[in-house]
Amino acid sequence: MMCRVTRQPMAITAMLVAGVTIVGAQPSAELRWGGDAEGGAPFVEADPADPTRVVGFDVEVAQLLAAGEKLAPRFVQVGFTSLDAAVTRGDFDVGLSGIEDSPARRARLAVTIPYYEFREILTVRSADGARYRTLADLAGRRVATLGTTLASELLVVAEKEHGVIPVTYEDDVHPYSDLAIGRVDAVLLDDVLAERGVRRNPGLMNQSSAIGVGYYVGILAPGNTALRDRINETLRRAMRDGRLEAIFRKWGMWNSDQPALYARLTSDSQVLPQSQRTASSTNNWEAAIRYLPALIKAAGVTVLLSVLSMALAVALGVAIASGRVYGPRALELALTAWVELIRGTPLLLQLFVLYFGLAAFVQLPAFLSALLGLGINYAAYESEIYRGALQAVPAGQLEAARTLGLTNVQTLRLIRAPQAFRLALAPMTNDFVALLKDSSLVSVITVVELTKQTSIFAANVGSWVLPGAMCAAMYLVLSLPLASFARRIEKGWRR
Amino acid sequence: MSAVLAVEGLHVERDGRTLVQGVTFSAARGERVALMGASGAGKTSVLRAIAGLEPRTTGAVTVSRTDAGDQQASGVRSRRHIGMVFQFHHLFDHLTALENVWLAPVHVARTRRSEAERHARALLEQLGVAHRTDARPGELSGGEAQRVAIARALAMRPLLLLMDEPTASLDPARRDELAATVRSLSADGTTILVATHDALFARGCVDRVLVMDEGRIVREGRPDIVLT
Repeated sequence: MMCRVTRQPMAITAMLVAGVTIVGAQPSAELRWGGDAEGGAPFVEADPADPTRVVGFDVEVAQLLAAGEKLAPRFVQVGFTSLDAAVTRGDFDVGLSGIEDSPARRARLAVTIPYYEFREILTVRSADGARYRTLADLAGRRVATLGTTLASELLVVAEKEHGVIPVTYEDDVHPYSDLAIGRVDAVLLDDVLAERGVRRNPGLMNQSSAIGVGYYVGILAPGNTALRDRINETLRRAMRDGRLEAIFRKWGMWNSDQPALYARLTSDSQVLPQSQRTASSTNNWEAAIRYLPALIKAAGVTVLLSVLSMALAVALGVAIASGRVYGPRALELALTAWVELIRGTPLLLQLFVLYFGLAAFVQLPAFLSALLGLGINYAAYESEIYRGALQAVPAGQLEAARTLGLTNVQTLRLIRAPQAFRLALAPMTNDFVALLKDSSLVSVITVVELTKQTSIFAANVGSWVLPGAMCAAMYLVLSLPLASFARRIEKGWRR
Repeated sequence: MSAVLAVEGLHVERDGRTLVQGVTFSAARGERVALMGASGAGKTSVLRAIAGLEPRTTGAVTVSRTDAGDQQASGVRSRRHIGMVFQFHHLFDHLTALENVWLAPVHVARTRRSEAERHARALLEQLGVAHRTDARPGELSGGEAQRVAIARALAMRPLLLLMDEPTASLDPARRDELAATVRSLSADGTTILVATHDALFARGCVDRVLVMDEGRIVREGRPDIVLT
């Protein structure tokens, strides 16, 4: 597990508040442990009976580790993708949140021994159970997973070997709901999530054979090996005396894989993570060269999406502004209400509603949802620019058109709109640059654009320095010529 | 001589104020008439009402082609017989001088573009601004802009040309040039109604003066008699 995000943005706020409450409750000697309560059961989640508390198997593993140190556990809420960076910064002592073991993680952090072995399981619709048994059966089909996980790496390999089409989500709930409604043909994720996905979505089934094997581990800051070694001892003792078994039995996760894992670990044999990545992948420059084609492709998605969305925003914005300036009072009021509704709600929420909210009625493809979401959102802002610009054209210009006998439509087309466009160009350019960057939000509905691809790159190399610089350079390459183009046009008009 | 312009009982209100009350006058083909009076007397409001720019107007404005006898009431269609030159010109900022002139003939009168452009060039030539055809309004001097504005109004071949304070931004030499231009236009048969407070200009180019005060015509006559 690399990245789990809740499906309800409001829960984020609730858990941040919960985190504060928990911090305030235990001021004494503590083991600070970091996790993401948005991940949900059975990992870490807000207790339905008391949302100020967290529950889950990772919560109980943390209690076990804290007891071993004779400290009180204190939960620190950290977004899942930030856990590695946060532990390195020293925001907490140990991270436990269904974190996957990987060579890259071992290379840059102090990683505990595994405490749970999971299988990568293929989930399909029951009707397809006989058709799609392995990744090879899914050639040309869309297979969903979470970004930057072992499962996503397996899919990247399967894309090359078998031609499957990976679809990357940022949460572990929607891959299964989208599988149920037919947006994707399979999901590849840990068995823990697969079991939950099948429980929640009737009509899905898990294939019995595992595609891969992975391990959950705790992560510590690279220099914190003394605590890591003590934690390893605590884990081994808990494996021997059955306390870990009791935790996983309680959460319905105990299976025959675990005794075998514990036997290997308590006899001190190494358990190496399965990964498609090699140790050399932690070399940033080599990784940069490897990721460059993917980044360029993602930049292409960003450009295409931004240009099409802006075209839609301009067309809709012109229509809304014209309706507000020329239309009857009722239309003007309706359009004003629409603009305020769109401007007053987050773009992220609008994307969720378009892609996931409407899925029961109409299943829009991800790119189209992103295009509509960005286009409709920005149309509200564009319409305000055009309305202001139309009203800023001097009355004398319109009176001159009138005395020459131009009709209202001709006056708008030949005089008012061209002059308003000149006034609107600078704020429009500004909005287009903003849209270019806001397009990064569409990764929440599975569109892999430049920022998303960069975050995948950064997670894999364990640093944001080089990926961040490359990403920033690409955004600048896209936005600077645009600004200069707009300045040239404006200069031409001013002569 | 029958009237090209007939104004009957004209009444104009704006923002609850009465600007023009019961103005009646007429102007013959090729006649040059000046509306004079102090600021706020209602001169510009009369011009704007004739041009159809004052929504709260009552009374009758008739512009007719006397030779053909086709009478038309004031309205969109009769506006094609009226040209207006504003005090501040109001040339279309995004178009060149030439485009300003051929715009209405092409889009309103449906004249072929090539023919409209040829006529526009001839008008700019006639008014002495042929060298400024490709300039935008922002690049023109006050006098040049005014002559382009006159050319734009004349391009629709109006029966009646309205001019609002045409000498406001002109130096004395330019004022005499403008007076000569007005005289030559009326020689071609165009009726000219000019709102001005410039007595020297009026004396130099109009046939008749209507003096206004508080929205009414209070005196009328030849300039050499009225403006003494």
